[in-house]
Amino acid sequence: MTSLVDETGISTTGERRAVVATPGATPGKDWVIVARQLKREYDMGGEIVRALRGVDLAIGRNEYVAIMGPSGSGKSTLMNLIGCLDSPNGGEYWLNGQLVSAMSDDALARVRNKEIGFVFQTFNLLPRATALQNVELPLVYAGIPADERKRRATAALESVQLGPRLHHRPNELSGGQRQRVAIARALVNSPSILLADEPTGNLDSSTSQEIMRVFEELSKQGQTVVMVTHEPDIAAHARRVVVLRDGIVESDERRDAFVDRVGVAHATTKVAHD
Amino acid sequence: MNPLEAVRLALNTIRTQKLKSAFTLLGVCIGVMFLIAVVSIVNGMGTYLKDDLVGKLIAINSFELRHRPNINIGDVDAATWEEYRRRKRLRYYEVGPVVEALPPGTRHAVIADNSLNLTSRYSATPRSVRVSGVEGDFFEIKTLGVTAGRLPTPQEYALGTPVVVIGPDVVDRLFPALDPIGRELRINGVPYSVIGIVESQGSAFGMSFDNVAYVPYKAPARRLFNAEPSMIDAVLIQSPSEPEMLEAMETTRQVMRVQHQLRPSQKDDFALQTADSALAFWEKLEGYLVIAGVVLPAFGLVVGAIVIMNIMLVAVAERTAEIGLRKALGARRRDVLAQFLVESSTLGAVGATIGVGLGVLLAFVMRTVTPLPTAVAPWSVVLGVLVGAGVGIISGVYPASRASRLDPIAALRQE
Repeated sequence: MTSLVDETGISTTGERRAVVATPGATPGKDWVIVARQLKREYDMGGEIVRALRGVDLAIGRNEYVAIMGPSGSGKSTLMNLIGCLDSPNGGEYWLNGQLVSAMSDDALARVRNKEIGFVFQTFNLLPRATALQNVELPLVYAGIPADERKRRATAALESVQLGPRLHHRPNELSGGQRQRVAIARALVNSPSILLADEPTGNLDSSTSQEIMRVFEELSKQGQTVVMVTHEPDIAAHARRVVVLRDGIVESDERRDAFVDRVGVAHATTKVAHD
Repeated sequence: MNPLEAVRLALNTIRTQKLKSAFTLLGVCIGVMFLIAVVSIVNGMGTYLKDDLVGKLIAINSFELRHRPNINIGDVDAATWEEYRRRKRLRYYEVGPVVEALPPGTRHAVIADNSLNLTSRYSATPRSVRVSGVEGDFFEIKTLGVTAGRLPTPQEYALGTPVVVIGPDVVDRLFPALDPIGRELRINGVPYSVIGIVESQGSAFGMSFDNVAYVPYKAPARRLFNAEPSMIDAVLIQSPSEPEMLEAMETTRQVMRVQHQLRPSQKDDFALQTADSALAFWEKLEGYLVIAGVVLPAFGLVVGAIVIMNIMLVAVAERTAEIGLRKALGARRRDVLAQFLVESSTLGAVGATIGVGLGVLLAFVMRTVTPLPTAVAPWSVVLGVLVGAGVGIISGVYPASRASRLDPIAALRQE
């Protein structure tokens, strides 16, 4: 089987349509994420809020995808479902060949531990733990013995150029360094996807560029990256951009196509957000 | 996550939040401290009574024949006292038949005693001393030797020679800075020659056992012990072993019943007192004291439990984001549950350990500054720490289960 990802770094529209079309079928090995008619509704005090109305999404191994959309578009809900933090009300969600939409809480915890590397907007590091201890955390829940944990966490921190900062606490690190610790933590368990939620939301523009370079490098090394953002210029770093609106996929296109109409997209998303 | 990891995490939390932890630990700490202290008092008094007090009063494998028990610290009602009062006194002539019925190898001694005033020409004031008129194997049964001089000879016992063996306290008071051997003291005016000084027998609850004097039973002081010279206070009987002692008690009982002409339906009108019977009252008291020793600290522990629960609830609320993060990173419900349970039980155990330390210290201080003979019971130390950890676990269950049920999305959103 040839790689789904062509020289531009993304799967083709036809391939995606094909894998999404058959409900219940186990996707091929090259598909990391396959969502079929994914629905999520919330009961907000008697009023049903339909956050996702049926999202079809397929992401192949080694793709670098940005999910965009204004507030209320359902992108946070989609990110929670992709990250196995939440379960859908309808449709199916396959992660790395496993049907996770029907899993129990504990099974989801295991999937989160093994398959997903989270990077949050607010870094979410444990304030009283050192960089090394923070990065070790997923390995603790994976049941890895202490000496191997330390070795792997050190290697992960070195890969994001934080080798000399192993024993610093978060408040002794800059914003960019904190986010790199978070990235090291996300990668330490070799997850199927790196799932970033507004990774540059709390960073200035030059630090944002620095983090984007880290993502670019990881993508080049073969890491599947999914990034949720509302900033078009950040989304433009990905190779493929999915735009959500009112709980459905509005557009799913190559970066180039997105950038071509970014002036318009930029204006609309800005207005929606401000 | 392995339990050791959780303990390390818990200790880390305690270390980083010293002041808050200190207040949290206070309740458990105080509860355990009092547990240790009270149990050590009970334990110390028990050991003391068994080994020292009763052991000194009643020798090994021995019993005393008395008209009524003389160790009555328990609850004796008025009717019983009245019955005791009406009993016939033991007579010197009743001893012979008892001794004849006992197997060879059994030792016996006759005792008649009273507090009498002793004087000497070396001391201006008289001294009230416990004087015992003894005969038979008294000093052998009591394993009481002399530090100077000698004990009365069989001839002196038989003739009632006015000789006296005195305790160390009497030496100090009546013969200050003098060697009393061969000197004279007077018991109610009658001169006695001091022939020996007995070993110190120590004291109990501030009451000295050394303010004593021993004379042959047949010496003139006999008339001062009881209303009639033939009245005696006790017959001390010692057998070579415990089974033989029990047999000897039965023999004694039968002979005494015959001498007192008791019908089978009548109860004994005399007492056979062993160390066990003397301790029976204590064992009863000990039961109540142990209950008190457990109930009083329980209040501290309940308060401690409530405080720990509160602190843990606060900790869960404060660390909602952390819990969300841990869940996002793969912590299952049971991992979060275990983390908070281990944390609360570690809090409890640390509090209990400090409490044990303070309790031991308190017991030591009490032993030094008060006459209470405290002794820390090893089981109470183990119990204290286990109880502390248990209190921690129990009070951690509710906060921990709340933490484990947090929705990771909502928790992550919390700042």
